[in-house]
Amino acid sequence: MSDQPAQPPPSSAPSPQPLLKVRDLRVSFTTATGVVDAVRGANLTVYPGQSVAIVGESGSGKSTTAHAVINLLPGTGRVSGGSILFDGRELVGASPKTFVGVRGKEIGLVPQDPMTNLNPVWSIGFQVREALRANGFEGSRREADARVAELLSEAGLPDAARRAKQYPHEFSGGMRQRALIAIGLAARPRLLIADEPTSALDVTVQRRILDHLEALTAELGTAVLFITHDLGLAAERAEHLVVMYRGQVVESGPSKQILAAPQHAYTQRLVSAAPSLASRRIQSAKERGTRATDLLAVTRGDGISEERGELMRVEHLTKEFVIRGATRSAKTLRAVDDVSFTVTRGTTLALVGESGSGKSTVANIMLNLLQPTSGVIWFEGTDLRTLDPRAEFAFRRRVQPIFQNPYGSLDPMYSIFRTLEEPLRVHRVGDARSRRARVRELLDMVAMPASTLRRFPNELSGGQRQRIAVARALALEPDVIVCDEAVSALDVLVQAQILTLLNDLQTELGLTYLFITHDLAVVRQIADEVVVMRNGQVVEHATTDAVFDQPTQEYTRELLSAIPGASLDIFGAA
Amino acid sequence: MVRYLGRRLLQAVPVFFGATLLIYFMVFALPGDPVLALGGDRGISDALAAQLREQYNLDKPFIVQYLLYLQGILTGDFGTTFAGRPVGELIASAFPVTFQLALMALAFEAILGIGAGLVAGLRKGKLFDATVLVVSLLVIAVPTFVIGFVLQFVVGVRWGWLPVTVGSNVSFTSLLMPAMVLGAVSFAYVLRLTRTSVAENLSADFVRTATAKGLSRRRVVNVHVLRNSLIPVITFLGADLGALMGGAIVTEGIFNIHGVGGTLFAAIRQGHAPTVVSFTTILVIVYILANLLVDLLYAALDPRIRYDD
Amino acid sequence: MTTDPTPPGPVARPDQEHQVAPPDVVTLGEVDAVDETEAPASLWVEAWRELRRRVLFWVSAAIIVLVVLVALFPGLFARQDPRYCVLTRSLGGPEAGHPFGFDFQGCDIYARTIFGAQASVTVGVLTTLLVAILGTAVGALAGFYGGWFDTVLSRVTDIFFAVPLVLAAVMVMSIFRANRNVLTVVLVLGVFGWPQIARIARGAVMGVKNADFVTAARSLGASRFATLVRHLIPNALAPIIVTATVALGTFIVAEATLSFLGIGLPSTTVSWGGDISTAQGQLRVAPHVLFYPAGALALTVLGFIMMGDAVRDALDPKARKR
Repeated sequence: MSDQPAQPPPSSAPSPQPLLKVRDLRVSFTTATGVVDAVRGANLTVYPGQSVAIVGESGSGKSTTAHAVINLLPGTGRVSGGSILFDGRELVGASPKTFVGVRGKEIGLVPQDPMTNLNPVWSIGFQVREALRANGFEGSRREADARVAELLSEAGLPDAARRAKQYPHEFSGGMRQRALIAIGLAARPRLLIADEPTSALDVTVQRRILDHLEALTAELGTAVLFITHDLGLAAERAEHLVVMYRGQVVESGPSKQILAAPQHAYTQRLVSAAPSLASRRIQSAKERGTRATDLLAVTRGDGISEERGELMRVEHLTKEFVIRGATRSAKTLRAVDDVSFTVTRGTTLALVGESGSGKSTVANIMLNLLQPTSGVIWFEGTDLRTLDPRAEFAFRRRVQPIFQNPYGSLDPMYSIFRTLEEPLRVHRVGDARSRRARVRELLDMVAMPASTLRRFPNELSGGQRQRIAVARALALEPDVIVCDEAVSALDVLVQAQILTLLNDLQTELGLTYLFITHDLAVVRQIADEVVVMRNGQVVEHATTDAVFDQPTQEYTRELLSAIPGASLDIFGAA
Repeated sequence: MVRYLGRRLLQAVPVFFGATLLIYFMVFALPGDPVLALGGDRGISDALAAQLREQYNLDKPFIVQYLLYLQGILTGDFGTTFAGRPVGELIASAFPVTFQLALMALAFEAILGIGAGLVAGLRKGKLFDATVLVVSLLVIAVPTFVIGFVLQFVVGVRWGWLPVTVGSNVSFTSLLMPAMVLGAVSFAYVLRLTRTSVAENLSADFVRTATAKGLSRRRVVNVHVLRNSLIPVITFLGADLGALMGGAIVTEGIFNIHGVGGTLFAAIRQGHAPTVVSFTTILVIVYILANLLVDLLYAALDPRIRYDD
Repeated sequence: MTTDPTPPGPVARPDQEHQVAPPDVVTLGEVDAVDETEAPASLWVEAWRELRRRVLFWVSAAIIVLVVLVALFPGLFARQDPRYCVLTRSLGGPEAGHPFGFDFQGCDIYARTIFGAQASVTVGVLTTLLVAILGTAVGALAGFYGGWFDTVLSRVTDIFFAVPLVLAAVMVMSIFRANRNVLTVVLVLGVFGWPQIARIARGAVMGVKNADFVTAARSLGASRFATLVRHLIPNALAPIIVTATVALGTFIVAEATLSFLGIGLPSTTVSWGGDISTAQGQLRVAPHVLFYPAGALALTVLGFIMMGDAVRDALDPKARKR
């Protein structure tokens, strides 16, 4: 670990009183099986106008800590010890009335999921106006409406006066999040708690909103308490970090210092696993004997299927969906627009794009789960459209998917054994005994103990389920695995583990991956070749190194700069 | 909005035809001859039977009978009973009473059910909640007719607070007790539905956000919890009006109300097919109209479906 | 909390110095290790663990077991013949061997209450089975295949919904005039009772239809129908079971209502509904004649509804969360 040059102390030099001072906070939940401590002795200090971030994985207690501050703990949660001083006032044990006064007016909240945090039955304007009225806005209805429009446009919502009359379902995720920011800042609180404010949004939208929030709070002098799982984002947006793990603060201090020289074992792991910080492919292609670029070079040109290397080829793929909108006429949406690329055997091709880019549609067509409107998919020289049922059944053995949501990809009613045995049974592979042996072998491949066989998905963590999903995909010894956002929903450490696993399996079994993702940071770790998609079209197609080092398209550059933490040069040093 | 309602209206059309066809089929096409049944044990002369068959189109194929009958209904001609009384007359005397009864029952179950359900949902797990839940379970478990008898006996006979029977004296007071009996089971369902819905919405993200804005609890409940919770309840209430009118047979029997239930029951027992078909058809129409009304209310309460497809 | 022994560089504000928890505070296990301490548990096993903690479950289970035993072996509980009636004992009070007294006909009320269980329970259980099978089939097919198939099946469901259950039952039962028995009652209630389950099943199937595990099964090459039967229906079963349990209670009430109206089970069959109906006339002079059959009926229905509630709470993951 290198010593970093001393960081200048924050500009507001004469240290004022802390705005928020949390000491030895304990929060517990009562469950049927007893009392569970979600936060155990957390300490945290925020100064006026300062931005602080709590970083942690799911279950670390980071959100619970923040919610305890404004007494919004869910369910049976309660503060069982410690103190929360806001501007010198003790909030632990304060009356409900006190909290009604503090919330909104002194401490604002920007919640996590924009899709569920606005009441679907009230207009956006109503919901912002309510935040004004509740905190002492006395003007007329007309003045209130004007103020609402002002707040919304301040949060970056265009055409705010008209938009205010609309309902949440007419807003995109990013627009909803802007409305929630307007609500959080409506009464000009001195502290804003931003609970994963953008984790549900596309990276470029995320960046724009965070930039805006940063500028706005700086202008208003609002202190911000970020809650995030993303170390890069935290370091980029906050000057002080608090790292939480299993309900405890394991490390806290100035952001850059923590990133440069993490002291606690957990923080060290977190820093080294954070994808935004990794700059190289997990395992270089050299270990497989050839450079990825060499492999790719073979198929450049006319790409005749017999030629060594090519496994799948997508030619002029177009997919249109007919959507019946609010208007009378049915509209067609061109989800995929003239997409062509080639997948080389034994390599990883990443299909990158934001929501609506058509990347998942391409994946589903390549899995032969969806018929293209036009265009051809070649698999080893066979046109997928010409497959008869028997050939299609055989094709299914060779191309297998892994999906994003670890909670939805395994049948909750099936034991792990049944889940892994199903592909073998459907394809009538072996007898009961050999199938059992194969299932054990599969579990071993994904480093799961044999005792997992009798377990059910509800007993496994997200990462474990995803490992089972990998094992299921491997059961039939496929050639291609289509990973549709396969690691996006996982915590950083688990994500790193799965990526390493996928990479090892590729080397071992000579697998070909089609990796669908929105996360360029992950792409860098696993892909040999990148196809960037936007609005159904291919924007850029090149090797991973080329895309990262010399992106040729403006959109690719935008995506790259939107990776949280991309601007911090400190990572290179670490 | 218009599109949405248009679609709902369009969906109602096959339901209307299907339900009336089903009823017609049950009354006329199943084993047993309605004309012969008319004579009871005495039987009727062949000539009269033939005349009746012609009059009611029973000599024609089933589907033609149905269409002719439907044509009659749609032109306001409900036919006559076998005894010669216009069915329209029966309808005019029976429906207003039952309609009033059903509306009172609906009001009873809506007001008390939503009120108690809201309080129970807000205080889930507390004493009030537990008490109300036990009461609702008992109301569902004890058959309507038993509740009817007991109320009639205790409130009407013992205490003499309310009229024991209705008969020809149709008034708000005389219908009060029957309406409560009729609406009792639905009251329990409304209560349970409201309670679950309120408890669920209380833990919704948008309610937490509303609280975080600094709203008082009272405002959070009134503005954000209640309206959202009412959406499923309204759906239930709308579908229930039809069921209340059709299900009043028992209640009307107990309290001697000359309404749809009583008339219909007598008509079914005596095999007065035209009466049965006309009455049930009107009940189906009421059911469909009530559901359309709910769709309207639903659209007013929930902006999402005004646009969604 | 201990202060980092060698804080690098910058002077932070009070309370914001670089701090590190002692490493022994948190044991960093292997990332994402499988917990091998607890016995494996499927969703059903978990639901069962949840269920057995609930008083409501045990109370309702006790009621149901008792009622079912009485229905299966009434002779074990009552020695008297329910049809042996002596008019001189009409409306008589309790006496030795006849704890509930006598009804208008002079029959032993205790015996009639015990023997009446059979009709109610049989109707309830058989109707529920019929309705569950019919409703699940229709609902699951409609929800799974969608399109015009769904439109047609949903309209058919609506049609049966539009005709009130009791009314339809009265109409059909009066057609059966001559041969009314337990089976005809089951058939009639079943034919008009399935739409509720069908709607629930349709919704539940549509809810899991787009789950990734369904797509995964299809990518394995499993046929659509196999996917429906092996993956979708088992996952849609929980709400169906809950609705069916509560419906069982309401079917028992419906049977009693029909018997009460005189068009359910014939008067030769001993049933609670019939007994309540005859007791009605003597409510003023002998309320006990009404009380026992009505009480037994209410208790039975209560048992099933409470069981439905308990099972729903146990199966509902939302309710199970802390």
